[in-house]
Amino acid sequence: MDQLVIAGKPYSSRLLVGTGKYKDFAQTREAIEASGAQIVTVAIRRTNIGQNPGEPNLLDVLAPQRYTILPNTAGCYSAQDAVRILRLARELLDGHDLVKLEVLGDPRTLYPNMVETLAAAQTLVKEGFKVMVYTSDDPILARQLEQIGCVAVMPLASLIGSGMGIINPWNLQIIIDNATVPVLVDAGVGTASDAAIAMELGCDGVLMNTAIAAARDPVLMASAMKKAVQAGREAFLAGRMPKNLYTASASSPTGGVIASASHGNAA
Amino acid sequence: MIGLIINGQPRSFPAPLKVAGLIEQLELRGKRIALERNGEIVPRGQFGLQELNDGDTLEIVVAVGGG
Repeated sequence: MDQLVIAGKPYSSRLLVGTGKYKDFAQTREAIEASGAQIVTVAIRRTNIGQNPGEPNLLDVLAPQRYTILPNTAGCYSAQDAVRILRLARELLDGHDLVKLEVLGDPRTLYPNMVETLAAAQTLVKEGFKVMVYTSDDPILARQLEQIGCVAVMPLASLIGSGMGIINPWNLQIIIDNATVPVLVDAGVGTASDAAIAMELGCDGVLMNTAIAAARDPVLMASAMKKAVQAGREAFLAGRMPKNLYTASASSPTGGVIASASHGNAA
Repeated sequence: MIGLIINGQPRSFPAPLKVAGLIEQLELRGKRIALERNGEIVPRGQFGLQELNDGDTLEIVVAVGGG
């Protein structure tokens, strides 16, 4: 069976989803179920002290036994903060150490700060974390992150939450060709075809949040994304036909055509 | 009384106070949290052992929705 293997563990779903931006926990749960995702990201934030003590927590809705919870470092602008957050996350998740590293450089574009990302990755790998790293689509940086010991590289398709799809398939292809760890597109997916294209290029998986949560019907979009990732993966494995630019190739036989009654004049 | 900074907010508590006692008073017992005291993580197993000091800064975090 065609499985996604990350840090030695196999997963049948190549679609990973975030848990942010949903209307409520019920919608979060429904959308994640419709997506078929097995790995879901969460953020780590201060708890509200003294407010709503009986309120359910996200992890009450998404059982860590059923899902692989992937803590992220959203909101971190330095390697130091990202490392700190993931140490807390590991404690919170009883020693679970598969994590998503993202170190941002700019609050408006949320583009990754790659210098800080590299530094954080080195520290985290040394401390035994299994790091899935959000990165720019620079092929050299992607390779360096792999050499540092990250278990997956996750280049952006376009800006986080932008829905612009894959803006640079060429760089993505280079990263895929050179990588020996899984490559997952993370950030910028907007609709089903974006996810399918990522898989057709040879990505091992796709991670998305806004594309589902900000759709008019998130649960339906989650279902679409599940199929898109599967369709793209099958198309990739099937080996597409070559593109024949500006050259047609008839699908029906050219021989045995009956004699034409007239040449171009209306009867 | 001891003064603590918890998630950026100053709070006072009667001393002596262990981490476990603070968790209880904040109604966080049984919740999935992680706690940092003066920049160092306090493992869950240490909650009943570590006694808080006046001026300690604490960060108490949970998992929330995110991408």
